[in-house]
Amino acid sequence: MKHISFLPFYSRKLTLSVLGALAIFGSSSALAAEGEYSIVIQDHRFQPAELVVPVGKKIKLRVENRDATPEEFESHDLNREKVIAGKSPATIYIGPLAAGRYRFFGEFNEKTAQGVIIAQ
Amino acid sequence: MFATAVIVFREVLEAALLIGIIAAATRSVPGRNRWLSGGLIAGLAGAGVVAMFTDTIAAMASGIGQELFNAGVLGIAVVMLAWHSIWMSSHGAELAKQAKKMGGAIRDGQRECSILLVVVGLAVLREGSETVLFLYGISAAETSGSLPMLLGGGIGVLAGIAVGYLIYGGLLRVPMRWFFTATGALVLLLAAGMASQAAHFLIQADMLPSLAAPLWDTSAALPEQSVLGQLLHSLIGYEAKPQGMQVLFYVVALVVIATGMRWAKHLHQFKPQ
Repeated sequence: MKHISFLPFYSRKLTLSVLGALAIFGSSSALAAEGEYSIVIQDHRFQPAELVVPVGKKIKLRVENRDATPEEFESHDLNREKVIAGKSPATIYIGPLAAGRYRFFGEFNEKTAQGVIIAQ
Repeated sequence: MFATAVIVFREVLEAALLIGIIAAATRSVPGRNRWLSGGLIAGLAGAGVVAMFTDTIAAMASGIGQELFNAGVLGIAVVMLAWHSIWMSSHGAELAKQAKKMGGAIRDGQRECSILLVVVGLAVLREGSETVLFLYGISAAETSGSLPMLLGGGIGVLAGIAVGYLIYGGLLRVPMRWFFTATGALVLLLAAGMASQAAHFLIQADMLPSLAAPLWDTSAALPEQSVLGQLLHSLIGYEAKPQGMQVLFYVVALVVIATGMRWAKHLHQFKPQ
């Protein structure tokens, strides 16, 4: 948590206690079982670009960015947005979803980085 | 270049609107320009640092560090804005009337200004770090040199600032008797929108249940990524497909701050001056 201290001009104690409180609050709900799925970003493309998931289940999505540059995983359909640093993994929780197609894209490379999650 | 401008504009817009509204709301607070620019500079510096440490932040708390960080930043901003709203509802009108006559006003104003610095700094920090990352990404990938990127980024930043300035200028034209109601309401809605965004990050991190996902869907009538949708998102926290918990956070923040404002105003009226 070292880098938190770089944040300018507000109480570090306050930040830490807010984060701490959040961590305690969250630890209980994170135990719920969910399906885990993986997507890889390479050459500004998602692999697989199409992912089938079950309806009505919470999904843990692991997105690994193998490119050197950062990407933003974004989906209006799923209401999700997350920056993923270059050469890094990220975890995004989605769902439970109703049956349907949910498009997602990489905001930083929208031309190539397109994908869809199909809940069925 | 155009795509760069659009993305940078979207990132800058939210911070620019916030600064425009805050600047208008505090126009009678002595020395506020110094504090606002202080917040801006601190935020920009912080944005660079956060961008640099993105992977470290993201890896924290088993992969949900970014959500916690964003929720934390937003949470602090909500508390600060709440404090600001409540303070302004008891002191604002007075400050405007007797501007620099009261010795206490300056001292109170200083405290108020340090809050502004934090709010502005946090808004710039959050939006700025994403912009830095994005620009870094294309500068690393772009083969055509960095000029188009700089140009696009510059246009995006300027367009964002222009919108912020528009709302600032517009608010200053509001007649004095409506002015504090108008700016007060805007700041209140800003804070509620931020509370909803904080909830959004905590749901994404699986630390809060979504309650309903989505609670409603207006993406056909008013898409969030449209110009109006973006503007409403930044101003009042509009979302086309909000989750139930977000709406709950929104309403609770709204009610708590509004009650605080009424209460402060009420107390103030009975206090002999």
